[in-house]
Amino acid sequence: MLLSPAILALIGVSAVVTALLLLAAVFAVRVLRHWDLQSGSELQLRLERSTYLISTLVTFAIAAEVVALLLFVYNAESMHTQFVGAMCATGVLNVNAWGWPALLLKITVFFTGSVWLLLNRLDNQGYDYPLIRLKYGLLLVLLPLVAVSGLVQLQYFLNLNPDVITSCCGSLFSPNAQGVAAEVSAVTPRDAMLALYGSGVLVLASGAVYLRRRRFATLFAASATIAFPVAIVAIVSSVALYVYEHPHHHCPFCILKGGHDYIGYWLYIPLFSATALALGVGALAPWHNIASLRTAVAADARRYTMIALTGFALFYAVATYAIVRSNLTMAGTWW
Amino acid sequence: MIKIHDISKVFNQGQPNEFWAVRGITLDIDVKRVTVLRGPSGSGKTTLLSMIGCLSRPTSGRIFLGERNLSGLPERFLTQIRRETFGFIFQRFNLIQGLTVLDNVMLPAYPLAPDHGALVQQAHALLEQFGMAAKRESKVEWLSGGEAQRTAICRALLNDPQVLIADEPTANLDTRLSQEFMHIIDELKAAGRTIILTSHDPVVSDAACVDRVITLRDGQVQDS
Amino acid sequence: MSHFVRRQRYLIDFTLASLGRRKGKNLGLLGVYTLIVFLLASVMLFSQSLRREAGLLLENAPEVVVQRMVAGRHDLIPADYLERIGKVRGVVAKYGRLWGYFYDPAVQANYTLLVPRDRQIKNGEMIVGHGIARTRGLGAGDYLTFRSAQGQSFAFRVADVLASDAELVSADLLLVNEADFRAFFGITAGMYTDIALEVRNPREVRKVAEKLSVMLPDTRPILREEILRTYDALFQWRQGIVFVLLGGSLLAFVIFAWDKASGLSAEEKREIGILKAIGWETGDVIRMKFWEGALVSLGAFLLGYLAAYGHVFFFDAALFAPVLKGWAVLYPRFHPQPFVDGLQVATLFFFTVFPYTVATVVPIWRAATTDPDAVMR
Repeated sequence: MLLSPAILALIGVSAVVTALLLLAAVFAVRVLRHWDLQSGSELQLRLERSTYLISTLVTFAIAAEVVALLLFVYNAESMHTQFVGAMCATGVLNVNAWGWPALLLKITVFFTGSVWLLLNRLDNQGYDYPLIRLKYGLLLVLLPLVAVSGLVQLQYFLNLNPDVITSCCGSLFSPNAQGVAAEVSAVTPRDAMLALYGSGVLVLASGAVYLRRRRFATLFAASATIAFPVAIVAIVSSVALYVYEHPHHHCPFCILKGGHDYIGYWLYIPLFSATALALGVGALAPWHNIASLRTAVAADARRYTMIALTGFALFYAVATYAIVRSNLTMAGTWW
Repeated sequence: MIKIHDISKVFNQGQPNEFWAVRGITLDIDVKRVTVLRGPSGSGKTTLLSMIGCLSRPTSGRIFLGERNLSGLPERFLTQIRRETFGFIFQRFNLIQGLTVLDNVMLPAYPLAPDHGALVQQAHALLEQFGMAAKRESKVEWLSGGEAQRTAICRALLNDPQVLIADEPTANLDTRLSQEFMHIIDELKAAGRTIILTSHDPVVSDAACVDRVITLRDGQVQDS
Repeated sequence: MSHFVRRQRYLIDFTLASLGRRKGKNLGLLGVYTLIVFLLASVMLFSQSLRREAGLLLENAPEVVVQRMVAGRHDLIPADYLERIGKVRGVVAKYGRLWGYFYDPAVQANYTLLVPRDRQIKNGEMIVGHGIARTRGLGAGDYLTFRSAQGQSFAFRVADVLASDAELVSADLLLVNEADFRAFFGITAGMYTDIALEVRNPREVRKVAEKLSVMLPDTRPILREEILRTYDALFQWRQGIVFVLLGGSLLAFVIFAWDKASGLSAEEKREIGILKAIGWETGDVIRMKFWEGALVSLGAFLLGYLAAYGHVFFFDAALFAPVLKGWAVLYPRFHPQPFVDGLQVATLFFFTVFPYTVATVVPIWRAATTDPDAVMR
């Protein structure tokens, strides 16, 4: 294994985050068992105090995971010189079978954690802690997810052997190669872009409908769940090509580099936050019937929807801009 | 109107040193009046006061502030109500050492994050009202008893509370300052605030502005 | 949004005043924290700059070097291999190189003798590296005498000394012309030490290497990218080892932080009680305490990092150099070039600020959940 400080840091953070969530889960279980808001007993007071600890631990854990996700990608990028054939982070993630799953799990943890945090924020605005059981139940789902993510990441790092020849993005993402990564770029640019704009229209429309009518929040969340993977596929099979001005460079990470004006950040940050907020709206909206939460749901859901719509709109705008300003013209071939 | 219905408070429940500070007290506190809770130490008056002022929760029973039931509220909301409705003056003034008079007075408003300029103005106005304007930049360690008392009063009044609660306010004051204090209480009552005090100082319970004196013993109200 | 910002400003205001009120305790914590950051940052900055130096230096090295192997050991390569290589697609230049090692018993050091391609050296003259010049006290015009393999004495006049800022590669270098080299080492005209090839397109290097190994089966191609990779891995590994070794001190720091955060004096407990009694909520107190931690962390991080930067780049990493540079007799005078990168800062953050914050979460919570009515008594 490579013993670099960045890898040690990532493994350490995963372990610590799992431990923090475990601690939070222990308190959560106690709360779930003995919670009785009407009682003024000392036990109830202790439980109420422990809700602050749980909130703090989980917020902290999720924040650490988000930063660790970035660190993971940057680290993969910086290690590419140590693997033959790896031109960038993509090649590094491909060294063994654990690389991409590790990344995907981290992204899943990000979304699940964000939804939890948004639910927590909502619940804190209700004077009778209405969602407490749901919240802490969800925490008991988040914990194993984080643990598995940490384990897969550990496996990935343990099996990183610098001598192994890996395929760089060129051969990896070429349609002839096997595996998910190859299939994603085998999607033709035309199909990818149609799907992108289609899902974009769907998500923007359903968001607008929610703003107007306060209904169909689940539709909005569901359309975001579709829009996100479609967007990733579109980036890999189409937008990236225009950014690099190369019909075969499909790597989703190189767009984060300075040489491409850091356009990757303009694409990923709005996309990730908008998706997380849209999922949050879907999680919040069903509770508008609870008396103590009515105003809070209305206000929060509205705010999140607006920010999410702005994020999505920004994403689609930047993606379009990247294509439009590119010097690559495939007018005859692809369109 | 503050209605207290059969509240009790126990400490260390289930353990050998279990102690019932308040047992089954039912009372009504009138608004815009001065009420004094009197009794020896250990009678539960401080515990009762802290429950009325939303500083702690009763083990059983209900407290109503107007129409609102306070007993089942979690701390976050209790604090909100406490901030808006109650102002506290403590026996030992409890000012934060190392900060100036002005900082101490503004402190209760920090979590609300109001506009800074407006807050400073408000604090200045209060300090003027109580004659502390000249000392606003002094550190609180250098204040005399009476000045600290007045700073504590300003702090308690910063969020414009309806009810003022004071626990043994004259315990560390001489007779002259105690009488001055009761004079301030009278003015506040005239301004429409509800005042609840605990004391075993006759200067307080015998003062003219006091409307009602409740005697407590062993956690229960004595009929008087 | 601005409400959020305003609230944080109020909290920070209070926090700064509160830190100032307990200077002794906080300065002690700041000191230890800064030391930890300093140690870790020094290691990272130094090895990063070594890595980068290696990378920069190898930039001008040829992409492929072909060495002949006899019975698994490196042997001289005949000049006619150059013709056998012929025209390989992608190879822009190919030439034979002459270089070798010489052990000097006088200083018990190994020199590298090299025939340069870009300089003309007169017979009987040599150009020495700064390291040798320093160790043997040589300047232009001095003489060095060596005993050759055949037992003859060869005297070389020092014509020039190589610049000291090239010391990392050239500390032990001696440049002579081809005729002298061949005479000294007894290498006949038709042989070279190895053959170097320059390949423009980095993607073609492996293919070229493949072709060469087919064409010349008794040789091995050494790729520059392999050397870089090995250096990379080596420096990473060394960094990692040092970090693991410092793990003990990191753990001690974490325990110290926990202890400091838990050990609230009666005065501090009273203050928190007062805050809660006058209207601060548990969440507000937690946030305020976190700002305390954040400000201390920020201060320690900045101070530690700046100190490490100064240590490495102005004092040449005096504390660590031996461990990380390796072991040799002729130590080049190496002035690390400043180089900071985001990944490094983020890693440092995770090794210092993150453990500190984790250690303080539970103590902060315990402090913040102080019963406010305790202050009434």
